[in-house]
Amino acid sequence: MIEVQNLTKNFKDFRAVNNISMTIRKGEILGLLGPNGAGKTTILRMLTGYFRPSSGTIKIKSFQMPKDAIRIKSLIGYLPESAPLYHNMLVYDYLEYIAKIKGIDDKEKRYDRFLQLSDLCGLSSIMDKPIATLSKGLKQRVGLAHAMMTDPEILILDEPTSGLDPNQIAEIRDIIKTIGKEKTIIFSTHILSEAEATCDRIAIINKGRMVADDTTANLKQSIKQNSFINLSLKGALKEDAASLLKSIHSNLDIKEVEPLEKDLVSFEITNSDDRDFRSDIYLKIKETDWIIIQLTKESQALEKIFRELTREGA
Amino acid sequence: MKQIKIIAIKEFKDYFISPIAYIVISLFLIVTGWFFFSTFFIFGRADLRDFFSLLPITFSFIIPAITMRLFSEEKNIGSYETLLTMPVSFTDIALGKFFAATLFTASMLIPTISYPIFISFIGEIDSGPVIGGYLGAIFLAAAYCSIGLFASSLTRNQIVAFIIGCALCFTLTILDKLLFFMPAKIIWVIEHIGATSHFTNISKGIIDSRDILYFVSVIFIFIFSTYIVMHEKN
Repeated sequence: MIEVQNLTKNFKDFRAVNNISMTIRKGEILGLLGPNGAGKTTILRMLTGYFRPSSGTIKIKSFQMPKDAIRIKSLIGYLPESAPLYHNMLVYDYLEYIAKIKGIDDKEKRYDRFLQLSDLCGLSSIMDKPIATLSKGLKQRVGLAHAMMTDPEILILDEPTSGLDPNQIAEIRDIIKTIGKEKTIIFSTHILSEAEATCDRIAIINKGRMVADDTTANLKQSIKQNSFINLSLKGALKEDAASLLKSIHSNLDIKEVEPLEKDLVSFEITNSDDRDFRSDIYLKIKETDWIIIQLTKESQALEKIFRELTREGA
Repeated sequence: MKQIKIIAIKEFKDYFISPIAYIVISLFLIVTGWFFFSTFFIFGRADLRDFFSLLPITFSFIIPAITMRLFSEEKNIGSYETLLTMPVSFTDIALGKFFAATLFTASMLIPTISYPIFISFIGEIDSGPVIGGYLGAIFLAAAYCSIGLFASSLTRNQIVAFIIGCALCFTLTILDKLLFFMPAKIIWVIEHIGATSHFTNISKGIIDSRDILYFVSVIFIFIFSTYIVMHEKN
């Protein structure tokens, strides 16, 4: 569906995007991940034809950028970062303008589409309001309606959830998941859990370079020692508990952490091999009169990968 | 073609949504009305010659104020990105905005049609120069709009766009009067570059293809320059 080869973009002396190649298949949801200033937005702007690449090629379906720019633009629905809209227009007028410019000429059809979109994006109560008076989340929804106006095959969303409250984030994610069943979606974010929850595939960008590009599951597997155990005990003394845990296996690395509540002692336990030590820990503590309040295994694979790949000097 | 119309209508409506339109129109009518009528009864001539002779200079300040927002505002609030990622070509955008501004200046001239109507009550008015004058005014306005559009495409700051636009339009307006300072060898070229003489010819009621060609060339050059700026900046 989308083929990008050796894409590079220079701004004067600064190389914002450096030799990136990727292929995105039909129906995939790709998350573009990276710290601030990594070049995510620049990549998306080149895909949508707003920036011209300094070198490299972009092929979408059978069309080539920038030769068939207009055709490509009509295939793509794009939500730019922070949804820049015309502030002095009413939401309805704005959507009508967009629909007309995107070639929905028939009045009935336009109206039907508005109804569908206002259902999907929750716009029915703000149709008659000036865009300037809308909150950020509402603007984002209008922007999303704009992007989906012609029911495009490809949706490109630049940080669709940035600056929204948790409820709105959940709503936008739901929308992405719903439409993602049929569409190819590329979106950028710097929130890891978001990428993990919504994407089939994740590409991590750092300083203009692609540092990882794989399915979410594969990325997680690729790194070992990806889990640790959270343990909280009641009625135990720190030193006693630590030495008891040490005695279970020499591979265990026990770190004391801030307890969840008063009167508890908490540990973060990591082990250098793949074995799950939870049952051993349980059996050992059963011999004492301490009470286990929490014993959970946590995986922070993605966060760890992200930090490792994007830390300074990497 | 259809896209140009949609963009032009949207931009034209935009003028009337914001207060800019009303402020600019009132300013234009006050300035031209005062300067025209303050001497009108002294000369006692039933024609609009003084009104039209004022237009190049008022236009060179009023029109950049109208066109300054065309690109600068969009670049500033970021909607330029939205616009460029829709299925429209650069030419559609530039022409759409150009027509909107020209249409707006034309509508700004509509209230002044009352001048010849009132004058016709107090004296015989020759309709030729009046029609020629309005035709010339529209050509002049279109040419200055294309200059303003170009100035606006250069920057995201509306004030800067206004000043560049004024400088260009004002230069074209007064170029005829600067011939005195020019080297003799190039006077014949400079003579034709100034806008005022071409406008004066048309407003006398003489419609010469050379004058029309002059305005069409100015419009073409500046719209094409706008296109190049858009192309280079992305």
